[in-house]
Amino acid sequence: MATQTVATATTGQPEIHYLNHAKGLKSWLLTLDHKRIGLLYLVSVIFFFIVGGILALLVRAELFEPGQTLMSAETYNHIFTLHGAIMIFLFLIPAVPAVLGNFALPIMIGAKDVAFPRLNLASWYIFWLGALTMLVGIVTSGLDTGWTFYTPYSTMTSSGVTWVALGVFILGFSSILTGLNFIVTVHKMRAPGMTWSRLPLFVWGLYATSIVQILATPVLGITVLLLALERIMKVGIFDPALGGDPVLFQHFFWFYSHPAVYIMILPAFGVISELVGTFSRKGIFGYKFVALSSVAIAFLGFLVWGHHMYVAGQSATASTIFSLLTFLIGVPTGVKVLNWIASLYRGSIWLRTPLLYALAFLFVFPIGGFTGIALGTLGLDVPLHDTYFVVAHFHYVMVSGGLLAFLGGLHYWWPKMFGRLYNEKLAQIAALLIFVGFNVTFFPQFILGTQGMPRRYFDYVPEFTTLHQLSTVGSWILGLGLLLVAAYLLHSLFKGQPAPANPWGAGTLEWTHTGRIPSPHNFERTPVVTRGPYDYHLAEEIFGNGHGDERRTPTVTPAQGQAQH
Amino acid sequence: MAGVSEAATGHAEAHAHHPPYLQHHFVSAEQQFDAAKLGMWIFLATEILLFSGMFVAYAVYRVWHPEVFQAASKLLDWRLGGLNTLVLLASSYTVALAVHYAQLGDKKRLVQNLWLTVALAGVFMVVKYFEYSEKFHHNIFPGGNYAYEGLQLPYVGQFFSIYFVMTGIHGLHVLVGMGVLTWIALRAQRGDFSSEYYTPVEISALYWHLVDIIWIFLFPLLYLIH
Repeated sequence: MATQTVATATTGQPEIHYLNHAKGLKSWLLTLDHKRIGLLYLVSVIFFFIVGGILALLVRAELFEPGQTLMSAETYNHIFTLHGAIMIFLFLIPAVPAVLGNFALPIMIGAKDVAFPRLNLASWYIFWLGALTMLVGIVTSGLDTGWTFYTPYSTMTSSGVTWVALGVFILGFSSILTGLNFIVTVHKMRAPGMTWSRLPLFVWGLYATSIVQILATPVLGITVLLLALERIMKVGIFDPALGGDPVLFQHFFWFYSHPAVYIMILPAFGVISELVGTFSRKGIFGYKFVALSSVAIAFLGFLVWGHHMYVAGQSATASTIFSLLTFLIGVPTGVKVLNWIASLYRGSIWLRTPLLYALAFLFVFPIGGFTGIALGTLGLDVPLHDTYFVVAHFHYVMVSGGLLAFLGGLHYWWPKMFGRLYNEKLAQIAALLIFVGFNVTFFPQFILGTQGMPRRYFDYVPEFTTLHQLSTVGSWILGLGLLLVAAYLLHSLFKGQPAPANPWGAGTLEWTHTGRIPSPHNFERTPVVTRGPYDYHLAEEIFGNGHGDERRTPTVTPAQGQAQH
Repeated sequence: MAGVSEAATGHAEAHAHHPPYLQHHFVSAEQQFDAAKLGMWIFLATEILLFSGMFVAYAVYRVWHPEVFQAASKLLDWRLGGLNTLVLLASSYTVALAVHYAQLGDKKRLVQNLWLTVALAGVFMVVKYFEYSEKFHHNIFPGGNYAYEGLQLPYVGQFFSIYFVMTGIHGLHVLVGMGVLTWIALRAQRGDFSSEYYTPVEISALYWHLVDIIWIFLFPLLYLIH
């Protein structure tokens, strides 16, 4: 790495940090360092994001005109299924926790590593094992069931459902192990003084996510295992031809897959809290409410799976209860959004790229949330079910939650990961392109949905052409924005300006108590925490000790910090 | 690699008076022990949820077709199931003794009890083998492959799907437990554990207790309730 030539101000020696203290492929593939494992995940999920993104562009290109444009209807079924399965299982679920969480969580709580470093590395290998198992099925026979694998079609189709189901089963272990690791780490590895009410909100978000991961994922595991067994040895649990019950499959599937939505969104909430806190310099309004609302969402998330099944033959009583519980989830979510806005209000706003993503999130996510409430009402869901309205709602929640928060977090932690800054102007242009492209792609889909365009269809009536074309053009703008991100981040990786230890003036430990690039064990000494994560008025590590703008070097020890207090 | 990182972080002195089993990222042995134990409890929670999906499937099909389940469960031999229950309960006792002797630092009895547990688990699997082969012999297979002449009812295949999947996955857990306990026993023979450090013994025993507890639920649900 070129960064090793940059000398620290204090010693004049080349820095030794987690990127350069050991070299060679082996030192990466066998690393137990949570930061390096985070980067391994980064490369992996970006790879799958590119694959899933190309598939999405193909889907949109096919829909540019009615009738066959690029591919046959069968191919289209495969392409949209692969887009969904890859984006969900291989990008959205691992993206924020496994990349940003792995990198930041231990440092944020003042630990040297996660509780089980070997398990952490194992989860990355299991991730790839699961991904490859999925790919075996996809490459040999494709997948055309949609990412939901509904029976009985999934038990009948000749496509590679068995392999993909086993792949998803294996991926579940990776997800569970990460969640388990994080929960134990948060409980047992916090530095002295890092009380629960001083945890950064990203940590709270990851903690709530981990609870969902460990409680929901095993149910998905047994569901896809039974699905695979259904195909291999005809167990007849889900297949109606053998006396099984396909609605039971839907119950099982959504018991995981609705909470899984929160696996994707809760860490995103955590990222947004960090961005809002840091770039408004004011601390998070209602810290405790924001923290505990994550746990409330995690809990309520287990009780609403039936709202996916209003038209699947579920009893009216059950549907009514699920509808009511669905509305309830809006409460903690609303608490978060309103508290972020209150945090920004009268803050000292510093409009840098990460905050732009947070603001984009604050615009886009409520649209996704409110349309979710609309879909949660029994009357409205019936006409809107399985239309583009659902597609638009889902993408408004997941792309805002998963993608915008991931990009915001990546831009935020990038200087800490690689010790380099990126081109701010290009980054802002890219953020704007992504924001515009996203809305142009998905907003027309709401209208298409209300007009009756069904989801997953390869063809449509000519009346829908304009809106579909608008949506496709939007996907190009979105793709262009993402391409720009890739370009300047790659440039930054090799040629970017060296970043200071705390370029954003943030108050959490990964910025205040580590070097420009963290050392292999994160801290010189275990930090002693004496303030909350957003108490900027107490953070002398950021603002110096009465010396104006002078930024302290990160080598300051907490003990000194306390003495000067 | 380690030398560089130690020099970089100034932990070289701190490493000197750590006990050998203490991993570098933990502050104390207590922290390491607590973390391992919490991790295992969380893992056990995920195991219970894995089985809970099958318990729900059992409940659903039992409520829908109680008479089929009554008839089908009579095809299972409660004596063999009961014998296996006793075997597993005994193995829970021996593994608890193993933890007890690990805490006392009694290496000989620790190793004895670990091997005894592995042996009892082996007995369980042998009994299970005879049960399974007897079922296969009578063409009692899961779901659509069920072809036993002696009992032909709709949905009887579902009972045996649930029976084979649940006991099959439980059996896999027994095999994994045998592997883990064998490894722990070998480590104990090598002298890895002491009254200060016996975390692997304790958390493997926790896992083994879970395997037993799941069987304690499977046995009455599948064999006894008529």
